[in-house]
Amino acid sequence: MELFREPKINWIRLMPLGAALSLALTLASVLSLVLKGGPRWGIDFRGGTLVYVKFRQQPPLDQIRRALMGRVPGEITVQEITGAREVIIGTEMRSEQELDRARRIITETLAERFAPEKGKLDLNNVGREVLAERLREPLQRAGVNLSEPQLQELAGRIVEFRDRERSGLLGSVDELAAVPGVTPAVLGVLKQEATLAPFTIRQVEIVGPKVGADLRQKALMATLYALAGMLVYIAFRFEFVAGIGAVVASFHDALITIGVFSWLDREISLTVIAAILTLIGYSINDTIVVFDRVRENLKVRFREALPEVVNVSVNQTLSRTVMTSGTTLAAVLALYFLGGPVLNSMALALLVGVIVGTYSSIFVASAIVVGWHNLSERRKKAAGSVAAAPVSKTKEVARKVGRAAR
Amino acid sequence: MKRSVRARAIVIAVVLLLSVLGLTGLPRSVEQVKANLRRNIRLGLDLRGGTHLILQVRVHEAVKARADMTIESLRQELRRAGIEFSQLERNDPQRVEEADSIAIYLRGVPSARAGDLRQLITQRFPMWVLTAISDTDYRLTMRPSELLALKRETVERTIRTLERRINALGLTEPVIQQHGAAESTYQILVQLPGVDDPARVKQIMGTTAVLEVSEVKDGPFSSREQALAKYGGVLPLNTKLVPEMRRAGEAGETWWLVSRVPVITGEDLRMARPSRDEFGKWETDFTLGPDGARRFAQHTERNIGNRLAIILDNQVRSAPVIQSRIEDQGRITGAANEQDAADLALVLQSGSLPAGIDYLEERTIGPSLGSDSIRQGLSAAVLGLILVAAIMLVYYKASGINAIVALLMNGLITLAALSYFGAVWTLPGIAGFVLSLGMAVDSNILIFERIREELRAGKGVIAAVDAGFDRAFITIVDTHVVTVVSCAFLFMFGTGPVRGFAVTLVIGLIANVFTAVFVSRTIFNWVLFRQREAVSISI
Repeated sequence: MELFREPKINWIRLMPLGAALSLALTLASVLSLVLKGGPRWGIDFRGGTLVYVKFRQQPPLDQIRRALMGRVPGEITVQEITGAREVIIGTEMRSEQELDRARRIITETLAERFAPEKGKLDLNNVGREVLAERLREPLQRAGVNLSEPQLQELAGRIVEFRDRERSGLLGSVDELAAVPGVTPAVLGVLKQEATLAPFTIRQVEIVGPKVGADLRQKALMATLYALAGMLVYIAFRFEFVAGIGAVVASFHDALITIGVFSWLDREISLTVIAAILTLIGYSINDTIVVFDRVRENLKVRFREALPEVVNVSVNQTLSRTVMTSGTTLAAVLALYFLGGPVLNSMALALLVGVIVGTYSSIFVASAIVVGWHNLSERRKKAAGSVAAAPVSKTKEVARKVGRAAR
Repeated sequence: MKRSVRARAIVIAVVLLLSVLGLTGLPRSVEQVKANLRRNIRLGLDLRGGTHLILQVRVHEAVKARADMTIESLRQELRRAGIEFSQLERNDPQRVEEADSIAIYLRGVPSARAGDLRQLITQRFPMWVLTAISDTDYRLTMRPSELLALKRETVERTIRTLERRINALGLTEPVIQQHGAAESTYQILVQLPGVDDPARVKQIMGTTAVLEVSEVKDGPFSSREQALAKYGGVLPLNTKLVPEMRRAGEAGETWWLVSRVPVITGEDLRMARPSRDEFGKWETDFTLGPDGARRFAQHTERNIGNRLAIILDNQVRSAPVIQSRIEDQGRITGAANEQDAADLALVLQSGSLPAGIDYLEERTIGPSLGSDSIRQGLSAAVLGLILVAAIMLVYYKASGINAIVALLMNGLITLAALSYFGAVWTLPGIAGFVLSLGMAVDSNILIFERIREELRAGKGVIAAVDAGFDRAFITIVDTHVVTVVSCAFLFMFGTGPVRGFAVTLVIGLIANVFTAVFVSRTIFNWVLFRQREAVSISI
């Protein structure tokens, strides 16, 4: 199967159109960022507390919000993870001193509001140690004699069954009958001693404002250094303009990705930054493949003008570009749909990045190189230099590039 | 060509064998294979559940303590040398960032004695630098090298103490290490797999546990002001005021005036354990080492009828009257329950922290989330692999198999390399792996497209394959180097999971150069070699 057999698309003529589209997308991103007062930073960067709670039924967002209102200082956000019956309860934090407070209040409030029977052991939110501790005496009273290691093992099995087989939430105590070691007698004790809250706390993230500011700076530095590093490498391997083109293209990709996140009101977390850095690498990757071909073609087609050579090179690598984007997109789509809520944002960033990155290597990176060439040509002509400039210019480029390749 | 194929096959077989061995070890049974796999594929906190903490050492407290010690001995030295002064004190910055600005101020020294003062400081206090503010006033600051050493030592001692405390809790595979630059951030990373309620661990780690048993000079007072008023606002030499710990249900404060120099400290402790007093209340008993016991015996013998204050973290726990000579036993009362008493015994045994700590960050991942994440990550990886494989097979026909073999080998080598390096799998790590699957076939695609082009240009099959690999190789090197550059920065600036992502991606890329270029080429050569006259190729 072949999708493109020696395509002869005139990319140069399409470039103004592409430039307009790029400009529009960039402006839209900047506009959204300006309107919304910068990107929506995740907890990693702004500091605060996030408690992830999974519910058995559809989570009662309003009830949670009302129960917490006034008990936690500052603004509370209760956000639902769609399709997962999970909510993320978030609060802000002003200083490290209150690090523990919000979490404690949130867990206590949830237990008060939703736990059916107070004082009983909540099987959906108990750890192995406490479970063993609480079962020891009732089991003895019920005539179930277990040695200490046996008791610990039983508790471990129950907790593991809940976490592995039931994703942390038991519907009824009877489900535990499937656990090896839970005899009818044990089950009877469990039923008597334990209750099941309709929720379980899945994850807690607490980031102090100090760390947040620190991480934000580090993320920015990482991005800038990565861009600078690539600029140096490409300038060294190809030409300085090529480096500029590639770096502008990947900056453009990163900006549009951040813009998409801003439009969708999605948070920028640490993993999203990692994804953005990766897509910068991917975008440059794509650009290099085109530039590499330009360099190679310049050696044999030195009589043609640079724009012509770029056009031929883009066409020659088109099949590869489309195929690679296709396979990468396939992998990223798998991540997007199956990777779960934690990886979803990362996959979204990669999804946007792969599409924009493929487009930008032609319409931004190559366009900059061609534009630069045309500009210097025009300037030469304006300066009244002798004709035949195109040939001499390309020869010069070919010589430079050839030297680099050697 | 036959020989080169064979040599290449041997290299590939060795790499494959090493990869498999890296994952399974040398097993004797099926169970052992499973156990080794579980051990070698190590899961990060986000996949197995646990707590991740970042804490900051309040190094400025250690610097202040050093300054206080210097002030005490400087006061004595000045007196001995007969150098007069009106004031000797230090500033009191409250933030870690200001640790470097801590200084001692010496005021009112007669200008005639300036030379003597300088000489005294250089001889007796070489760690400090004397700067004149005016004719009679001076500022003493710590030498930068000494300050740096002190701060570093404070962080290191904190790490060692935390290690002892956490190990005493019997947790499996905890990680306690320096986080960020030692000279500027003073942060420590603590990872506790399997801990999903970190409150107690944090309590145990955070207790400074500075134990002092000191002579009570005066008291009790109902307030700090009352005590100060009694002495006209200036406390007697070498004493300090310490509040008593408030117990639940008690109103009002109690203050004690105690000697600055303790009789014994936590350093003299040999053992501590929880026990019950005669009324059944929980307390922590301690036993002293021989040196401390000697001093304690001497002191208690001479001071029968006087009070002793047992001070923990600058709070008086109790101030009993000495009834008789005590050799090596003591007890700290006031525990709320057995756990409380046991935890105090634990922190006393593990030694005190050189400075307090603040928690900056805490992430706790419940075990159920971890196993869900593994499931989702794995299904994404499998689907990604199937999709990529299908695309390659449809588009490149038999050569697609070649790419898939390279891809599978890539996955195996990446897994094995992570296990050899002792790296852990994190969720972003899995994402990096899935992404590298997509990008790994890029090298194959580059080569295949090039071979097709060369074939179209009319070259023979063997020449086309040769040219395809050679030409594409330059591009492959360029693209890989650039991605490794960006990963290097991710690794340098990233934390935990992000680093995992970068490491996985880089290993995947390196494995990719081997599989997509070397392995894939060997397969082509082998196929071409088997056909007598290489005239066709399925691509």
